[in-house]
Amino acid sequence: MKAPEPVQVVKERRDRTLQSLIDGVPYIQFLGIRFDRRGDELTAILPYDDKLIGNPMLPALHGGVTAAFLETAAIIELSWAMIWEDMESGGNVDLAPRRLPKTIDFTIDYLRSGLPRDAYARARVNRSGRRYASVHVEAWQDNRARMFAQATAHFLMPAREG
Amino acid sequence: MPTDEDDAQAQRRITIARRFIEAIPHAQVMGMTLTEIGDGEAEIAMPYDARFVGDPETGVIHGGAVSTLMDTCGGAAVMSHPAAPHGTATMDLRIDYMRAATPGQRITARAVCYHVTRSVAFVRATATDEDTDNPVATATGAFTVEGGPS
Repeated sequence: MKAPEPVQVVKERRDRTLQSLIDGVPYIQFLGIRFDRRGDELTAILPYDDKLIGNPMLPALHGGVTAAFLETAAIIELSWAMIWEDMESGGNVDLAPRRLPKTIDFTIDYLRSGLPRDAYARARVNRSGRRYASVHVEAWQDNRARMFAQATAHFLMPAREG
Repeated sequence: MPTDEDDAQAQRRITIARRFIEAIPHAQVMGMTLTEIGDGEAEIAMPYDARFVGDPETGVIHGGAVSTLMDTCGGAAVMSHPAAPHGTATMDLRIDYMRAATPGQRITARAVCYHVTRSVAFVRATATDEDTDNPVATATGAFTVEGGPS
């Protein structure tokens, strides 16, 4: 029987694969979005920056920044879910830039204004078919139980080879 | 018939709306310029910028950057409406992405605030690149109306 892979080998492969989804995207770097991983669970993190402000009087995060943050969390979660099986079966996952799901539509619900603090988001793939996927995202700041925005998005899946 | 006073009020409203939009830090960072504003309508342009790319394989701008443009433009349309809200915030926004914006081209959003109640402003918006006959995205949204007309 094959011995289980050492944990650091598994972690290193998962982190490298996740990073390959994010590194190549200039807009993710521009907004400063990072991802925290616990097993297969991802949390998107948007560290606060003055340039993200939309209303300087309140001040509040720009609604467009919140939308972009949630859309990014959804796309990365969906891409991550797509490659998880291949990655876990130990096979070498191709780390070259890959085709990303395309957003068909995106609906965002602003529940309260975004404070000048770090923001967090988690996405859940509610349906993932061969062609279409539906993803829901929740975002919060200081309290996990108090969402400041939620969104639902539909995506067109990239064509699979073979 | 519009009186001189109505005209002066409209001018004042448009000046306030223009200042409101031009004071948004994130809109400045993204290089947005207000190209038209008046009576519940606004047009804002955003230049192509390599920092806004969402798909490195194709150089296509990220949907989030288009959302930010649409949201900003929607807010500008609300602020310029004759019902003259003293401020506004987005309640919800739905964006439909019809096609990828052509890399290298500026994106222009046009928004119309087509109905305002005491509490809510309703907005439609369209984004195009240089091929203005084929929209890149459309949006509909509801915005809050802060502090009614005095």
